[in-house]
Amino acid sequence: MSHIPADRRYAKSHEWVRLLPDGRVEIGITDHAQQALGDLVFVEVPEPGRVLGAGEACAVVESVKAASDVYSPIAGTVLENNADLGGAPELINQDCYGKGWMMRLQPVSPDALDALLGPEAYAAQLAAEGG
Amino acid sequence: MAFIPHTEHDIREMLAVIGAPSIDALFDEIPAALRVQGLEGIPEAMSEMAIARLMSERARQDGRPLSFLGAGAYEHHIPSAVWAITTRGEFYSAYTPYQAEASQGTLQLIHEHQTMISSLTGMEVANASLYDGGSAVAEAALMAVRAHRKSKSLRILVPSTVNPNYRRVAVSTAGNQGLRFESVAYSRETGCIDPLALEALRGEDLAALVIQQPNFFGQLEDVDALTDWAHSAGMLVIAVVNPTSLAMLKPPGEWGTKGADICVGEGQPLGVPLSSGGPYFGFMTTRLEYVRAMPGRIVGRTVDLEGKRGYTLTLQAREQHIRRGKATSNICTNQGLLMTAATIYMSLLGPAGLAKVAESCMARTQQLQSALCRVRGVRAAFAGARFHESVLLLDRPAAAVLRSLEAQGILGGVDLSADYPELGPALLVCATETKTDDDIERFANALGVALQAARAA
Amino acid sequence: MNQILEKSIFEYSREGRGAAAQQPPALVGAGAAAAHEAQSALPAALRRRSKPLLPEVSELDVVRHFTRLSQLNFSIDTNFYPLGSCTMKYNPKACNQYAMLPEFLARHPLAPDSQGQGFLSCMVELQEMLEEVTGMKAVSLNPMAGAQGEFAGVAMIRAYHHARGDLARNEIIVPEAAHGTNPATATMCGCVVREIPVDAEGDVDIAALEKAVGPHTAGIMLTNPSTLGVFERKIQEVARIVHGAGGLLYYDGANLNAILGKVRPGDMGFDVIHMNLHKTFSTPHGGGGPGAGAVGVSARLEPFLPVPVVGREGEAYRWLTEVDRPQSIGRLSAFMGNAGVLLRAYIYMRMLGRSGMSQVGEFATLNANYLLARLRAAGFDLAYPTRRASHEFIITLRRQAKELNVTAMDVAKRLLDYGFHAPTTYFPLLVPECLLIEPTETESRETLDAFVEAMVAILAETETDAAKLKGAPWTMPVRRLDDVRAAKQLELTWKPVNSAA
Repeated sequence: MSHIPADRRYAKSHEWVRLLPDGRVEIGITDHAQQALGDLVFVEVPEPGRVLGAGEACAVVESVKAASDVYSPIAGTVLENNADLGGAPELINQDCYGKGWMMRLQPVSPDALDALLGPEAYAAQLAAEGG
Repeated sequence: MAFIPHTEHDIREMLAVIGAPSIDALFDEIPAALRVQGLEGIPEAMSEMAIARLMSERARQDGRPLSFLGAGAYEHHIPSAVWAITTRGEFYSAYTPYQAEASQGTLQLIHEHQTMISSLTGMEVANASLYDGGSAVAEAALMAVRAHRKSKSLRILVPSTVNPNYRRVAVSTAGNQGLRFESVAYSRETGCIDPLALEALRGEDLAALVIQQPNFFGQLEDVDALTDWAHSAGMLVIAVVNPTSLAMLKPPGEWGTKGADICVGEGQPLGVPLSSGGPYFGFMTTRLEYVRAMPGRIVGRTVDLEGKRGYTLTLQAREQHIRRGKATSNICTNQGLLMTAATIYMSLLGPAGLAKVAESCMARTQQLQSALCRVRGVRAAFAGARFHESVLLLDRPAAAVLRSLEAQGILGGVDLSADYPELGPALLVCATETKTDDDIERFANALGVALQAARAA
Repeated sequence: MNQILEKSIFEYSREGRGAAAQQPPALVGAGAAAAHEAQSALPAALRRRSKPLLPEVSELDVVRHFTRLSQLNFSIDTNFYPLGSCTMKYNPKACNQYAMLPEFLARHPLAPDSQGQGFLSCMVELQEMLEEVTGMKAVSLNPMAGAQGEFAGVAMIRAYHHARGDLARNEIIVPEAAHGTNPATATMCGCVVREIPVDAEGDVDIAALEKAVGPHTAGIMLTNPSTLGVFERKIQEVARIVHGAGGLLYYDGANLNAILGKVRPGDMGFDVIHMNLHKTFSTPHGGGGPGAGAVGVSARLEPFLPVPVVGREGEAYRWLTEVDRPQSIGRLSAFMGNAGVLLRAYIYMRMLGRSGMSQVGEFATLNANYLLARLRAAGFDLAYPTRRASHEFIITLRRQAKELNVTAMDVAKRLLDYGFHAPTTYFPLLVPECLLIEPTETESRETLDAFVEAMVAILAETETDAAKLKGAPWTMPVRRLDDVRAAKQLELTWKPVNSAA
């Protein structure tokens, strides 16, 4: 069973977005995504300053059997990336919604989150996919 | 039936198990209109005895002239043990080592190869081979564009001292992805990259500079200065090297202040026969930080369930069977068997043996150049240090001279007039450790005869 | 198989030891003088100062070490190797021996054509035989592997459209079951990939294809029989649709062995093909190469073939280069491809001859369908139960994975313990928990029966002793290896034990 916290929004491509109190957003991949990939061996995150469009491929997660692009669910500028993932990609396997966050953005528009899936809608998508 | 073991009895019983009336019935899903009616253009089968005779006749037609050809493929002595072991069925008839537990021999051998070739080039990591030297240059250019963190430029500087065929392969392979290869002139005095021509490019947005050492003319480039210049101009450095020469010459990892970033080359000199151009193998080494941008197979050491050491293919997520359209390259099969031969060759020669080969090549070429330059109408094109090739300028057209030499049983070098017309009649000659005093004397005498004949004509 | 691990060659190394007979003799006289002259011309800044890490060992050390390493491998010469899509058939010894005659080995690639008429005559005849068995107009032997042949094929398709001023065609259609090299190749050629689905019986989804084609279609890449181990029955319709839209058809020759002598890609409507000579024409796989990926084309693509190709001029043969073929997509290798591999393929084709050639497809198909029938009877599930096998077929362990938690990987590893190389696992990606099995025509019925017995025994173990599978292999030199550790703690070169960081 896949864990889907209620305090954030989701993209169909299995990323989560959390709005921080100061208006920035934090982005990572979901529990379902990390389970499907298996033990991660490498993570590549975007450099601060990079301007991302909604749906743009901006990071890569790699296990021994698969490599996946991570797409930014919303448009914005990268402020910070999670440097700890470089030496410890397993943080995503262990705590994908916490210590396994991937990047923080200054969103072009915070309203963009509204267009993403809520927890129930994402759970319904997973159920439909057979997960 | 050649190589098909089935008896009539087998066929009947197997068809019965399948429930098909005939072998032909097994093709019933293929539209009838498409079925072949005989292959008239294929000759009748030959027995092994007949093919042995045919191939021996064909081989005899090719002859074995005394050769001073180089230009990217070099005649070296190959120890008997190299191919005696390489052609063992367990190496020869195995597949890519996907089932690691049943392929530890190939995997460990690749790991040893990676160790030797990394060290020889002074770099941190190596892959398990690419197709050949030319395609390795193309792959290195693509890799440089991927790996460059600061520039998105698709422009690569490939000086005219880089093997012209490597430049052609790079254009036909990487040009489709938008890479642009731009030339840099060489100095007519030294036969090396012209520093002024290079300096004129400072300030341009370029991804990488390719430096071949020894260069196509056999001359030795000022690799320290070139490497530092490229780095200061924000480019990566791609080294193209001859592995034999590295027993004696500074490895790319030590060029300039920071060393080259990617190193490639033709592995043929390491125990691979000339064989009309292939199969050879390309090698590639790089810094650890760029390993994920590197194409080709890579083997890593790990442990098994019981903690015992073992080897496996690793970093496979870069490759086509996982990344598909986003892979670092479409390469899958590489040149494993040739890499096997090279690893055995390097083990037999060792550091001292390889250095002796390199020294001997360099000496024989010096001796050859001196002997040939004593012939009337011949002079060396370039001053400065060189490895095992030299460009000679002639006072008569090279093609006619080469034909005359061939008639005397000698392949007297590569005619440079098509690729370097500005040199006038010019030959690229090569002598490796296989050449003797007599061979060199024979060449010098024959060249005298050839030029004499050309003057008389 | 040898189960004793072999230490690293570097652990045999002793400073000062060497294989003296393999080193060139010391120079004397003029040679020694030249050595002195050359050495003094070499600036100190260009010299190597560090000793490279090559082993210092005797010739016997080398021979024993690498012989022992070889004994840690499965190979066709030692084991049945039913690796789907790889065509692991017997590599006849004569092909190796007569391709390695001294004159062939010594011939320099830039030697004049006059010093290679024997070799070149073999190459011309090989081109002509490949044209005949594939039904194509012309062949270039230049590409050095299947993937490079694919690259040449797609590059020719692009060059063809460009030469006609049709610049908008940049899409390559690929069925979702295709080899990973297909989309990777399209990308390398600067094209955009459009994947289309296949239907429940493994044929291309025609409706999806019709929707996908248009003025941007450069071409379609197809393997036939497909990677699903079945013949694409609608191939003529596919050809009509793609040609109708102005695109070309590319044939991936990975599975040519299935139809050799029975159907020709040229007759199916393909414009360009590559052949894997290391599969269909039995040149060795060499532990991962060298391959050879000759390409064949219809008349309209002939001007674009990669150079060099071999031409006949009266009684003589010569290489045709950029000068003769100005529209060529160019060179893919510094010289002329994997010439020695091409000689092996030539010898193989001459030994098989006309009748042997069509028996390849026949007996490859007989063996595959026999194995399929026996494994189905033994209780294995087929991925496409309503279809004939081509030269290979797929069984799926989806049921066992769900009910018994035993995966295709577990079965593959357990097969090693029974002395058989595993079939291809987890390809094609479409079929869950799959094993893609290709026996080839050179295996006897007894070998196939022994394989079935092993599979039956393993199937029984899935219910009675799943731990036997989960822990497999047990009899190899190593147990299952930790791939995660290999990728996270990169150890890509040997380091002396006491200097390990």
